[in-house]
Amino acid sequence: MTVEDKRSGLVNEDKFPIGMRILAVDDDPICLKVLENLLRKCQYQVTTTNQAIAALKMLRENKNKYDLVISDVNMPDMDGFKLLELVGLEMDLPVIMLSAHSDKELVYKGVTHGAVDYLLKPVRIEELKNIWQHVIRRKKLQPKDQNRSPNQDKPLDGAGGSGQGVSSSGSADQNGKVNRKRKDQDEDEEEEGEENLHENEEPGTQKKPRVVWSVELHRKFVAAVNQLGLDKAVPKKILDLMNVEGLTRENVASHLQKYRLYLKRISSVASQQANMVAAFGAKDSSYLRMGSLDGFGDFRTLSGPGRLSSTSISSYTPGGMLGRLNSPGGLTLRAISSSGLLQSGHSQSLSNSVNTLGKFQPSLLPASQGANLFQGVQSSVEPNQLQAKSNTHIGEFNRNDDTAGFTLATSFSDGRVTIGGLNNTVSSSTSNPLMLQVNPQQSQSREAFATQSSLSVPSLNQESFDVDVHGSSNFLDHSRCTENWQGAVQLSKFTTNSLPLSEPFSHDSLSTSNLRDNISSTISQIGNGLNDFSSSSVLATPSDSRVDMQGQTSSMGDVVQNMSYNSRQRWEEHSQDYNPNLNNSFSNINSFVSGNGVVGSLSQTMDQRKKFDVPLHGQLNNVTPSIFQHGEVENSALDPKMRSNEDYLLEQTKSQNGFAQNNYESLDDMMNAMIKRV
Amino acid sequence: MLGLGADRLRADMNRLLALLFHQGVLDEQFLQLQQLQDESSPNFVSEVVNIYFHESEKLLRNLRGLLMDRECSDYKKMGIHLNQFIGSSSSIGAKRVRNVCVAFRAASEQNNRAGCLRALELLEHEYCYLKNKLHELFQLEQQRLLAAGVRYPMQN
Repeated sequence: MTVEDKRSGLVNEDKFPIGMRILAVDDDPICLKVLENLLRKCQYQVTTTNQAIAALKMLRENKNKYDLVISDVNMPDMDGFKLLELVGLEMDLPVIMLSAHSDKELVYKGVTHGAVDYLLKPVRIEELKNIWQHVIRRKKLQPKDQNRSPNQDKPLDGAGGSGQGVSSSGSADQNGKVNRKRKDQDEDEEEEGEENLHENEEPGTQKKPRVVWSVELHRKFVAAVNQLGLDKAVPKKILDLMNVEGLTRENVASHLQKYRLYLKRISSVASQQANMVAAFGAKDSSYLRMGSLDGFGDFRTLSGPGRLSSTSISSYTPGGMLGRLNSPGGLTLRAISSSGLLQSGHSQSLSNSVNTLGKFQPSLLPASQGANLFQGVQSSVEPNQLQAKSNTHIGEFNRNDDTAGFTLATSFSDGRVTIGGLNNTVSSSTSNPLMLQVNPQQSQSREAFATQSSLSVPSLNQESFDVDVHGSSNFLDHSRCTENWQGAVQLSKFTTNSLPLSEPFSHDSLSTSNLRDNISSTISQIGNGLNDFSSSSVLATPSDSRVDMQGQTSSMGDVVQNMSYNSRQRWEEHSQDYNPNLNNSFSNINSFVSGNGVVGSLSQTMDQRKKFDVPLHGQLNNVTPSIFQHGEVENSALDPKMRSNEDYLLEQTKSQNGFAQNNYESLDDMMNAMIKRV
Repeated sequence: MLGLGADRLRADMNRLLALLFHQGVLDEQFLQLQQLQDESSPNFVSEVVNIYFHESEKLLRNLRGLLMDRECSDYKKMGIHLNQFIGSSSSIGAKRVRNVCVAFRAASEQNNRAGCLRALELLEHEYCYLKNKLHELFQLEQQRLLAAGVRYPMQN
């Protein structure tokens, strides 16, 4: 029987691909089981394991025992890409990556690490029917595999990424072509390439090290460029100035190209700002003072053009989430600025605080944080905001009357807390030096802005979020006084749904049931708060529905707690024991099973389910409104304009980037993108 | 008549399935699972689904635990859990659950605690619903098998 064929080494040409031996690795038992059965259905021979380490062991025992490896990307004991690399290097087997995440970065990483394919969960049987081609391809391209063993250690071209040793059999024309093609592709993609951490993960074989443009390296680069002047900066001179070992002229040249492109991009967007900025003189110290002193009048005008500065505000949310308008962090940031302003009341003290922030400049940034910063910098709107400075924010808030949030923010009693939080984040900030370095080319006048912008950038740090959370809870208390539920409902009718949160649901096929519709649309607006759903009857008549709401009028925290308790109850007691609400309905449903009037009972069930669902949904909906309201209040505080700015921001980033995933909602994303480009 | 009960139950099952598909609770992947069930693995679907329930509840517990930690919500870890949840949900065809997870993941990537809380609530709800319906389905299946196995005296 071919399936049982245990011949090792040779592929059974006659019956191939039947009986192909596959090793499947995935920590998720469900996916593993489904995959195993799918593969068996294709008549392959499957071995499974849920641990990458075990998989390696099995492969090392006898590499001839398997023809193909399928591996998940996210595994707890070892990174899927690392496994991929090792398998490619040691056993030279084709490896297919598997993931639930279709992030382009991951796919690219797969390609560069040498995966022959990248499949998305859920895997369909049609896709699996053709995977044998990878085995054949490899066999065909390596006619003399054994003879090439010395060459297998040949430096794997990072650009080529052909980790399976295809490059080793360089004599074959096909291989050469494959190599060249990959090289070309890679060079094309280098623009959008992600940061390759090959250097850290090298198993010690001779590999041409892929240059990692770390924060420090980039800093040196920018310093060198500044020293030379952007126009006169040539790779050779930059290289000399940087004085970094192992860096080649080509590395610098490509990085310089990307850097220039980046600058061009941000300068075109920020050209309006440049005029404002230029007006403030050229010296750092005078900058800080002037910025804070004269800022207010001029910053007001800054808010005029396209509300870019508003966008900037929204972008400076903790955790570096651009456009996350309802983030409490964003609110807090403003609170920081405004309360900072209120408290300091003096430009001096402000500039002092900014100066202290500036002291953090020389600190070394962890690479990832630096990467984050890069991404943020890359956004077209980002530099705009950078130049807009935190002072801008301050000025903004003072002047911007229609920002409801501003009022609320100023009512923060714990402005100090937020400032403290800000300082904390700053102390661990990773952005300052980079911000300084990145912007110098704009115009000299912007340098100080960069310094000041560092104020806001540190808010990227996650720590600040905690502060914000506290702040936001305060905020909520304030807002609750000013908002009622209905009001929240009104405010919630924001049209912008630009967050990708909504996207998955836009394709949902909604049921005919109204409630279902409501819930689906609710789902689609998780990130944005209430929607039509809220305007539907459910919210409007919370008293009508048989709601088992506890603490409906209690504070939001309680509501959430209760809700969570309920829902926890619901699904935890599930296996046989339903929540009382559920019990009623499901006893009916269960009874229908043994009933005779099938159709009747089904519709009855539906009705009951409707009723049942109402309490559930009502519960949920009544809770979610409260939860949403939380977000809503924040949103309202952030003001509808912010939302449109969020759109603007996202659009901007979309138009600017060549990435498929252009939603740079986080500074992190932008930073990564920037790193990728370089 | 022989098998009447079984046929009726099968009709019930199909209706339930149709409903779930219509609601978007399940998608074609679930059908694939059913097609994988054969003589060599006769209980494949229920086995997989049970593992799924087990894992999902673990994940939900973890997610709630992570979110409830007001001090410092570990969004990264949440993302990891969610990735697994997305993978397993899509592998069995639990479309709605998967979609909520995707939204949840997006919120966690933004460190949006409020959004995450909302998403978690919805996720628990959707999961609940799915579990109920799948239980129904399995019950129907069991009953159908029982009914199909009934031998009437006249047959002998």
